[in-house]
Amino acid sequence: MAEQKVKAKSFQEWMEINIWGLLFFLALALSVGGLVEIVPLFIMKNTMENNRFPELVWAKAGTEPIVTVDADGKPVWNWAPGDGVRPYTALELAGRDIYEREGCYLCHSQMIRPFRDEKERYGHYSLAAESIFDHPMQWGSKRTGPDLARVGGKYSDDWHRQHLRRPQNLVPESVMPAYVWLDKTPVDPDRSIRMFGKTLWSLPTGSRMQRHMRGLRAIGVPYADADIAAAAQLVDGKTELDALVSYLQVLGTMARLDDAKAYRE
Amino acid sequence: MESGLEQKYNFDVVRWFTIMAVVYLVVGASVGVYIASELAWPFLNFDSPYISFGRLRPLHTNAVIFAFGGCTLMATAFYTVQRTCGVRLWSDKLAWFVFWGWNTVILLAVITLPLGLTEAKEYAELEWPVDILIAVVWLTFTFNFIMTIATRKSSHIYVSNWFFLGMMVMIVYLHVVNSLAIPVGLFKSYSLFAGVQDAMIQWWWGHNAVGFYLTAGFLGIMYYFVPKQAGRPIYSYRLSVIHFWALMFGYVWLGAHHLQYTALPDWTGSLGAAVSIAMIIPSWGGAVNGMMTLSGAWDRLRTDYVLRFLIMALAFYAMSTFEGPVMAIKTVNALSHYTDWTIGHVHSGALGWVAGISIGAIYHLMTRLYHTELFSERLVNFHFWTATIGTVVYITAMWVSGIMQGLMWRAYDEYGTLAYTFVESVDAMHPYYAMRAVGGAIFLVGAIVMLFNVLMTVRKSACAGSLAAARTVPAAA
Repeated sequence: MAEQKVKAKSFQEWMEINIWGLLFFLALALSVGGLVEIVPLFIMKNTMENNRFPELVWAKAGTEPIVTVDADGKPVWNWAPGDGVRPYTALELAGRDIYEREGCYLCHSQMIRPFRDEKERYGHYSLAAESIFDHPMQWGSKRTGPDLARVGGKYSDDWHRQHLRRPQNLVPESVMPAYVWLDKTPVDPDRSIRMFGKTLWSLPTGSRMQRHMRGLRAIGVPYADADIAAAAQLVDGKTELDALVSYLQVLGTMARLDDAKAYRE
Repeated sequence: MESGLEQKYNFDVVRWFTIMAVVYLVVGASVGVYIASELAWPFLNFDSPYISFGRLRPLHTNAVIFAFGGCTLMATAFYTVQRTCGVRLWSDKLAWFVFWGWNTVILLAVITLPLGLTEAKEYAELEWPVDILIAVVWLTFTFNFIMTIATRKSSHIYVSNWFFLGMMVMIVYLHVVNSLAIPVGLFKSYSLFAGVQDAMIQWWWGHNAVGFYLTAGFLGIMYYFVPKQAGRPIYSYRLSVIHFWALMFGYVWLGAHHLQYTALPDWTGSLGAAVSIAMIIPSWGGAVNGMMTLSGAWDRLRTDYVLRFLIMALAFYAMSTFEGPVMAIKTVNALSHYTDWTIGHVHSGALGWVAGISIGAIYHLMTRLYHTELFSERLVNFHFWTATIGTVVYITAMWVSGIMQGLMWRAYDEYGTLAYTFVESVDAMHPYYAMRAVGGAIFLVGAIVMLFNVLMTVRKSACAGSLAAARTVPAAA
C-alpha cells in the first residue's frame, strides 16, 4: 500500500493517510453530542415531574386492574380520571395503534407548550410524566390540525364518531381525511382456524391486543395480569372507531393538574 | 476522455444507482405533489385508507430521502471513492448486494406504508423487519466503502470521502438506537423508549438524518463534483478541514432544538439551540468553500448549465443553514414550531440544496458513465429554471402560511380573548396550500424532463455505441 511511504506532518494528515485512525476519531467525535443530551434524561431525577409529585402517576398500576368486566359485560372501573397516569386499557391501546397506523401524529401534536394562548386554547401545559407509557411518544411536530394532548372529554363520543366519519359535516373548513373504514372493521376479532370442529390455530377474540400488552409489559409498562386478561372482553364486539374514540377520550384526563403548582421551572 | 476506465472501475453499479435515483426523484416528488394537493383539496383523499394523507406522507418522505437521496449517495459515493482512490471497489458482489438490498427496502416501503404498517416515529416509520434489512445493507455499503479506501492507490484520503465516511458511521449510530423496539407481530412493534427519552432519541435521529444523511453526504458530493465540473481545485484545504470537524462534532447536538418549550428539560433544548446558532459558521464554511472554487471562472455559469445547478444548490444551502439557526432561537421557535414554516425550511434544504446538488452531480455523472454528451443541454437549462422557480414558489408559500399560522394562534382581541379559532387558521391556509402544490408541480415537471433527458442520453450512448466502445478499449495500466 502506498500510504506507508508518506510521512505525516500533522495529526490531520496522519488521519488522511490512515483510514482506521480517521474512522476511530470520527466515531469518537460523532458520539459525544448524543451521549451528553440523551443519557442524562434517563438518570437525572428532575426530568420526570412524578419524582417530585408522585400523585401524577397512578400508584396502583401493575398491582390492581385498571378496569374489569362484570357478569353483564359492563366495565367496572378501578381507576377514575384524575387518579394519575396509567397504562392504556386494551381498547385504548387498540385505539392508539390505529392513531399510529393512520398517521394522525403527522398533523396533530400532543404537546402543549407553557404559553398563555396554548393554555387558553388547549389547557395546562403537558408534562413529561404524562407520556411515560407512550411507546413511542406521539408529541408530533406539526399542527395542521389542533393539538390533542387534552382533547379527552371536550367533545362527546358521538361528536367524535361523526367527525371521524366525515369531518366536513361538523367543521366545513376542515382538511382532515374522512375515516369511513374505521366503523366497518372489528378491533380484534376471533381469527382462530377451525376445521371439522377442531381448532387448528387458536387466535381468540382479544388475543392480538393481549400480545401487544405483553410486549409493552416486557419493556416496562406496568400491566397487571388482570389488565391483560380483561382484554378479550373489553375489545369484544368493538370496532376500530370505538377503540379510537376511547383513546381520544382518555387523552389528557389521567392526571389532575394543579394550576397553583409549578411542575417545571 | 481517459481510456480503460470501464475495465479499471466498477461503473455498472454506479450507472444503475444513478438511473434509479432519477426514477425515485420523479416518484417521490409525485407523491409530494399529491399529498400537498390533498391538504389544499381534501376530496383527493377519496375516502381510501391507502391514499389518505397520514399514510402517504411517510411514503413521500421515505421516497425522497431514502430512495432518491439514498440512491444518489450510493451512486456518487461508489463513483467518488473509486476515482479518488484510483482503485476498483473492494467487492463487486457486495456492491451489487447493496443495490438490490436497498431497492428491496424501497419496494417494501412502497408496500407497507400505504398499508399503515408503521412504527409511528417521524422519518423512521418503517417496521422492524425492514429496519433490520436497512441495517444490514447500510453496514455492507459502509464496509465496502471503507475497504476500498483501505486498498487505495492514492496516498491521502480525499475530503469527499471524509464526509461520506462521517455520514455512514453516524447513520449506523442513529438508525440502530432509534429503531430499538419490541416486536409484537410480524409488522408491529413498540419503541423501546417512551415519552421524553423517546422524543429526544427520535429528534436526535430526526435532525441528524438531515445533518448527516442530507448534509454531510451531499457535502461529500459537492467536494468532488463542484471542482470536477468547474475544472478547478477546491478553494481552501484548511477551510475544509476546519468545517469538516466542526460539522462532525457539532451537528449531533442539534436535535434538541426540535423540542423547545416541550416537556423536555429546559437545559437540553437550550443546549441544542446554542450549538445550532454556532453551526452557522461551519455550514457557511462549506458553502463558501464550494462557491469560491469558482473564483476566477464565474463566467462559466453563463454557459455551463450543470454548474448552475451545483452553485444554486450551494446558495440554497447557505440560505437554509442560516434560516435553521434563526428558527432554533427560542423566541423565534415559539412562533415557528408546529407551523408550515418548518415545512418550508425543510424544502428549501431538500429541493434547493439536496436535490440541486444531486441533479448537478447526476448530469455530470451521465456524461462520464455513458461516455457521451448529454442528449440536450437546453433541457438541462429548462430543468434548472423549473427547479429554481418551483422551489421558490414552494418555500415562499410556506413562509407566509407558517408565520401567519403562528401569529393567528397567539393573537388576542381587544377583550383579551383569543382572536381566532383554530379552524379559522386552517381556512386561511387554503390559498398557500394551493400555491405550495403549484410550486411542487413546477418542480415535478423539471424532474420528469430530467428523467426524459437522462433516458435519451442512455439511448444516445447505446445508438452511438460509445459505452460499448469504452468497454473494449484495453486498460491503460
